Formats: sequence, C-alpha cells, structure tokens
Amino acid sequence: MSLDTIVQGILLGGLYTLFAAGLSLVFGIMRLVNLAHGDLIVMGAYLILLLVGALGLNPFLAALIAAPLMFALGWALQRLVLNRVLGPDILPPLLVTFGLSIVVQNGLLMGFTADSQRISAGALETASVDLGPVTLGIMPLLTFGSAIAVILVLNWIFYRTALGRAFRATSDDPVTASLMGIRPKAIFAQATGLAMVIVTIAALYLGMRANFDPTIGPARLIYAFEAVIIGGLGSLWGTLAGGIIIGVAQTLGAAVNPEWQILAGHIAFLAVLLVRPRGLFPRAFD
Amino acid sequence: MHPTVTTRTRASGITAVVAVLLIIAAIALPTVADRGVIKDLFFILTMLTLAQYWNLLAGYGGLVSVGQQAFVGLGAYGLFGAAIAWGMDPVLALPLGGVFALIIAIPTAFFAFRLAGAYFAIGTWVVAEVVRLSVAQWKAVGGGTGTSLPRGVQTDMTGTALVESLFGIRSAAAQDVVAFWLALALAVLTIGGIYLMLRSKAGLALAAVRDNAEAARSVGVNAVRMKWVVYLAAAFGTGLTGALIYLQKGRISPDAAFSVTDWTAYVVFIVVIGGIGTIEGPIIGIVVFFVLQTLFADYGSTYLLALGLIGVLVMLFAPRGIWGLISERTGLQFFPIRRTLHVPRGSGRKAGP
Amino acid sequence: MTLLQTRGLTARYGDFQALFGVDIALEKGECVAIIGANGAGKTTLMRSISGVLSNAPDQIVFDGQPIGALPADAVMARGIAMVPEGRRLFPSLTVEENLLIGAHGRKVAGPWTLAAIYGLFPILKERRSNPGTALSGGQQQMVAIGRALMSNPRVILCDELSLGLAPVVIRDIYAALPRIREGGASVIIVEQDIGQALKVADRVYCMMEGRVTLSGRPADLTRDAIHDAYFGALA
Repeated sequence: MSLDTIVQGILLGGLYTLFAAGLSLVFGIMRLVNLAHGDLIVMGAYLILLLVGALGLNPFLAALIAAPLMFALGWALQRLVLNRVLGPDILPPLLVTFGLSIVVQNGLLMGFTADSQRISAGALETASVDLGPVTLGIMPLLTFGSAIAVILVLNWIFYRTALGRAFRATSDDPVTASLMGIRPKAIFAQATGLAMVIVTIAALYLGMRANFDPTIGPARLIYAFEAVIIGGLGSLWGTLAGGIIIGVAQTLGAAVNPEWQILAGHIAFLAVLLVRPRGLFPRAFD
Repeated sequence: MHPTVTTRTRASGITAVVAVLLIIAAIALPTVADRGVIKDLFFILTMLTLAQYWNLLAGYGGLVSVGQQAFVGLGAYGLFGAAIAWGMDPVLALPLGGVFALIIAIPTAFFAFRLAGAYFAIGTWVVAEVVRLSVAQWKAVGGGTGTSLPRGVQTDMTGTALVESLFGIRSAAAQDVVAFWLALALAVLTIGGIYLMLRSKAGLALAAVRDNAEAARSVGVNAVRMKWVVYLAAAFGTGLTGALIYLQKGRISPDAAFSVTDWTAYVVFIVVIGGIGTIEGPIIGIVVFFVLQTLFADYGSTYLLALGLIGVLVMLFAPRGIWGLISERTGLQFFPIRRTLHVPRGSGRKAGP
Repeated sequence: MTLLQTRGLTARYGDFQALFGVDIALEKGECVAIIGANGAGKTTLMRSISGVLSNAPDQIVFDGQPIGALPADAVMARGIAMVPEGRRLFPSLTVEENLLIGAHGRKVAGPWTLAAIYGLFPILKERRSNPGTALSGGQQQMVAIGRALMSNPRVILCDELSLGLAPVVIRDIYAALPRIREGGASVIIVEQDIGQALKVADRVYCMMEGRVTLSGRPADLTRDAIHDAYFGALA
C-alpha cells in the first residue's frame, strides 16, 4: 500500500468523476437515470476517433468539435424520446434507456466492429512529471484536472447563472417552475445536452487512456453510478469524492491481486452503501 | 345473501380447459416430436418462466431489476457445484440450485433495498457483477473459464433410463426429454403459482404497494415484507430455472451464466413486447421473441439493435405491450385477477363501482 | 374594461369533474375574491386560469385573447402571475433567487424591481441569502408574493394567502395589498377566511361543489346569503 498506489487511485478517480458528473447532473434535475450513459461515453470516444481520423486533428481539438455535436444529440434524445417517458412511473424511462443502451452498443459494433481501438495522444500518453516520492503521469493529471474544472464550471452554472436557477427550480418543483415561465421540457433537454458535453470530455480521456470497444459501456455506467451514490445525490463535490474512493479502492485491490481490481471497487461501494445509504454528502431533502 | 368478490370470467373458464388440454398434449409430445422441436420448446418454456419471474418482480412488485442474471448463474453454479463436489444427480440437485440462489439473495436484497427506483435497478446490476466476479474466482467449478457436468452424472440422471427404454432413444436425446418435462412442470407451476398468489390477499397487497406504498402502509400492508417476499421468491424461481437451463446445456462459464444479454435483455424484451404486469403478456412475448430469434438471430448485431429499437418503440407508443393492446380492445382476460363485486339483487343497497 | 373572464369554464381530473361551467369576471383595477369551502373548486379555478390545467381555449379570455389552452409559462408571459396555495417556494434557491426567478419568463419594465420588493417587505432583505424555505410561514408568504410581483404582472392570483398563518401575520400580509394594486395589478384572491375576503374585495364570488353560488359587492351581500352559498342551504 504505497503512496504511489494511492495517488494513482486518486487520479483514476478523476476519470470516474468525469463518468459520473453527467449522470449526477441529469438525475439531480429530472430524476432520470440513463442506463445508456456508459454506452454514450463510448460512442463519444468513437466520434472523437472518427474526427481525429477524418480531419487529422489532435484529440483535444476533435473533442472540441465533438462537444456541440454531442450536445445536439443529447438535446434531441431528451426532446424526442426521454421527455415522452418522464413521469411518476419509473419503469418506462428505465426500459427505454435500457433499450437505448442495446441500440448504441450494437450500432457501434456494426459501425466499428468489436476491435479494440485507442485514441492516439502521441507523447502525452507516456509523459510524466517527477515529484520526488511519486511520479505522476501527465495524462492522469490532465484527467483529474479536467474533472475538477468540470465540477467548478457546473457549480458556477448552477449557482451563478439564471440557467442554473432554472435547473434548480425545475428540479425542486416543475409545476411551480412553469408558473415562473420556465418550460420544464426545454430545461430537461438543455440539461441532457450539457450532460453530453461532459460525456464528451469523459470520452476523450477514456479513449486516450486505454483501449476501448463497443461493449465496455455498461461497466463505465456502473462506476459512474457507484461514484454518484457514494458521494450522495445532489452533490457534485460528493461525486468527486465518490470517484476518488472508487479509484483508490480499485488501485489498492489491483496492487494486492490484479484480478481483484474491479471487485475491490464494488466492495468499497457496497461498504459505503451499508453504513451511509444516502451517501457521504447528501442533499438535505429529496 | 352477501355480496361476493370473484375473479372468474367466461374467458378464464375456457382458458383453464384449454390449458389442461395443452399440458396433456405437451407431456405426450416426445412420442411424436423430434429432438430439435423438444429443444426449441425447452428454450421457450425456460425463457417464459424467467420472464414470468421478472414480470412478478417488476410488473407486479414494482421492483425493476437488471440483475436477475445473478440468480440464473447462482442457481446453475449451485447445481454444478453439487454435481461436481458430491456427485449428486443433477435432477435431484435442481432444488439445491434454487436454494443456493435464495441464500445469496438475502444479503443482496439487504444492499439493494437501500436504494430506490432507478438506482435500485443499477444496484441489482452491481450485485450481479460482484457475484460474477466472485464466482469466477471459484476454482472448484472452473474459475473464469468454466466447466462441464461430469459425464457419468449426466448420463445417469434420474429419468433418462426410463425415457431411453420408453422411446428407444439414446442417452443425450433422453436427457433432453427429461429436461423438457421438467421445464414444462416448472413453467406450469410458476404460472399457476403466480396466478394463484395474485388472486389471493397477498396479490392484492402487492398491487397496493406497487401503486402507492404510503397508502398501502396506512391500511396495514407491510410493504417492506412484501418486497422481500417477492424479491426472494423471484430469486429462488430464477435460480431454479437457471439450474435447469444449465443442466440441459451441460457446460457452464461465468460469462455465459451471468450474461446480461441472455438473461436480462432478452427477458425484459419478452415481457415488454408481450405486456408488462400481466400473466398473458410474457406468453405472447416469448412467442414473438422465439419467431424473431429463429428468423434473425444469425444477423448478430443488426438483430440485437433491432430488438432494442423495437423495445424502445413499444415503450414509447404501446407501453402495455401486445397483450395490453388486445386487452384494451376486447376486455379479454385469460388470467383474470381484477376483482369484481357481485351484489345480489334485492339486497337493498346501491351497486358498487 | 373586463380584463379577465371565464366563460362556462369546466375542468376535470380524470373521471372527476371539478368545475361545472364557472363564469367570473375581473375588471381592470379591481380586487375580486373567491370564497368557498374546501373542495369547492377554488384552487382548480386558479390552476385553470394560470395554465397549470388545460381547458378549452375560449373558456378563459384575457385582454380579449383566448388563453384557456395555453400552458403555464405562456400564460405567465402574458402577465398573469400566481401566488400558489401553500407558497411553494423553491427549497434549493435562496430568498433572493426565489424572487429573481419570478421574472424568468417575463421581463417587463414596471414598478416592481428587487429593490421595490425589499421596500415592500423589508424583512426579506435581511434574509435574502437564506434558503427559501428556512423562513417563517408569514415571511415565506411575502417571498411568494414578491416572486409573483417580479414579473410586473397585470393580474395577480393569490391562492389562500392566509393558509396556516397567525391572525397578526395575516393582517401584515394583507396590508401590502393596497400597494400591490397601486402598482397596477388587478387582483384575484382565493380565501377561506370570509371576513378577510369581504374586507379587501370590490366584488365577491362564492363557490360550492364546482359552481358559482353567489356573487356581488360585499356591501350588498347578507350574512345569511353568504352562509347558504358557502355551505349549501341544507347545512
């Protein structure tokens, strides 16, 4: 259990936080859990890969171009499909997003085959900085830094802008929000669009960090979900804490036995669930 | 004379007769049908049973699980464990598979019920993953690569000798016939059991909890206990079915036994297409699914994508499935559970709603 | 000039009919009170006018335009603001944010600005950074009223202002009404407190079981007539 392992775990937590932030946003505003979330991250990675290949751009620029495309996709998905099934019954949104997950996975399989892919980041992949007791990879550092930046920006949006006010009000009480001139369905579409932008960032780092293929989506969903639950519903910084806990648990587990990496993360999740079912930093009300 | 509550309709009476005839015909089927048909029917019956349990959980219980594959695998591994470790006859070990799934279900329920709604769903998925990853470490049953049923144990299964002599067929085909009869029995018991339960007071309580847990609690229904009962019953039944499925296959591996696609995606599709929250729904669903599977499964990803798309479209535009559409038009109920109040004439009171 | 009126307004919740052909009218500058017991249909009437419930287009006419089928955000944009029954402040927003969001769908120049609202209810300025629901009932009612005023509405609907409040507090709330009217808004108040309603209203409608059973000026209505219209002649 060395310092290096723990630090690697914290940085890994940055990636999981990126996975989780979009999920947290959407659930916070409209109580929707998108079972296709992980698959959409993978789809984002393929989109970036396409742009890199077709336009010869570096991955970061490709992600910049992919982001508005993903926003539009999320916006349309919410408007055309998900808004229709939102309501007091939890079954339809669950089943629709589950079906969506299958559609996305198989669509990607058809379009790109099951071959493993990777977004090449050149020198960045192996660059590192030596800080004495630990050596930090530049990529994990960037990932973690991006996660922090995303959370800062989301908090800024939520608490310092009119849009954020509208998000919070709609989350509290959609009917009264409509009395204020807010159209909840439009807000939901914007929220999902925003979540897809975060998904794009997550996809960028997912794709650069390791190989990916169309079937890895559900596992990402599970990590994202675990991070959100550990952190507590409604808290973005909590989601960061959750991501870090999963990341550290996984790296510690892997250090003992590589086969135990994923299981260790799940066990950490179950442990937190046992003692703190509402998470570490839950909202006061829900 | 007092007012009475009944659930019988004319259609249900006919259904009962038809069902008995069908069951008798099915039992006699191996005399005329070839092995391929028997295997197909085995697939249909076991998937139907899985669908009925998922429907009980989600459609009637309001507990949407995308982790039932955990119990399919646990039941199967329980069976294989008993057969390998104790040389137990697989047919006799079937209930053990169910019990094994049930035992593991208890702590998983404890965790899963700490979550609600959509998060409960993913929670069940996490549980299934934990189970899969843990079982993959179990070297005695082959770890990550899996294992097969010991040869002797399989060929000497209860009933195979009888079937071999009755029909003059070889051991492998006889095993399939035995498996088929067991699947038939399981399906009949499952559907019959669920139907009777739903007609009982427990079923009424379940519907109440699903519709409005607070209100149900206020009339004395123990919502928490109902959820536990339904969850554990579904786990046991799913485990039993899983054990039977893998008894027929003879070979197991964690990725196959805990597959989300085979044991959740297909099952959900069957229930959704057919009609969630009805007993008739999964019956229609399995027929549709079997036809699609037979015609198009070779198309791989395209086929799966189409299934997913159909599922999404059905949920968007016909959320009560095919049976929902039929039932709405015709008011038919083959397995009626809606209670009607019959007030005898001349009792001096106004009729109920 | 008739600013707002309903014509044969009907409304149902599924199989249950809540309004059976209600006709009310609001003249510009007026304060109209709707009184009636629980379940009379008063809140259904408010929800219909504000757009939360959808009705036939011609059944609600505002400024000569049919608005019956418009959704709440469109109705609000035209200048009909609601102070909902039970206040319904947003717990995730501060007092000041609750006020600000009142103008989200309609930004019109007028007498009511944030500063003006703080002038009307000075205590709110002190509490501006508190979460909306961390205030006393009376203060929450002030926030709800201020929130509605922020859109400089032409009509303000007040549903049960006095609900759950002590008499002293109710007086303070209603003391703000004259200034609200001076600001140019016409007012419809829904009240179970008959005395309070009769004190402030130019005209009164009484409802029972989804119908208007009495209407007129407070001075013209006898206590017995009101009693019968409120509770029903057999009560």
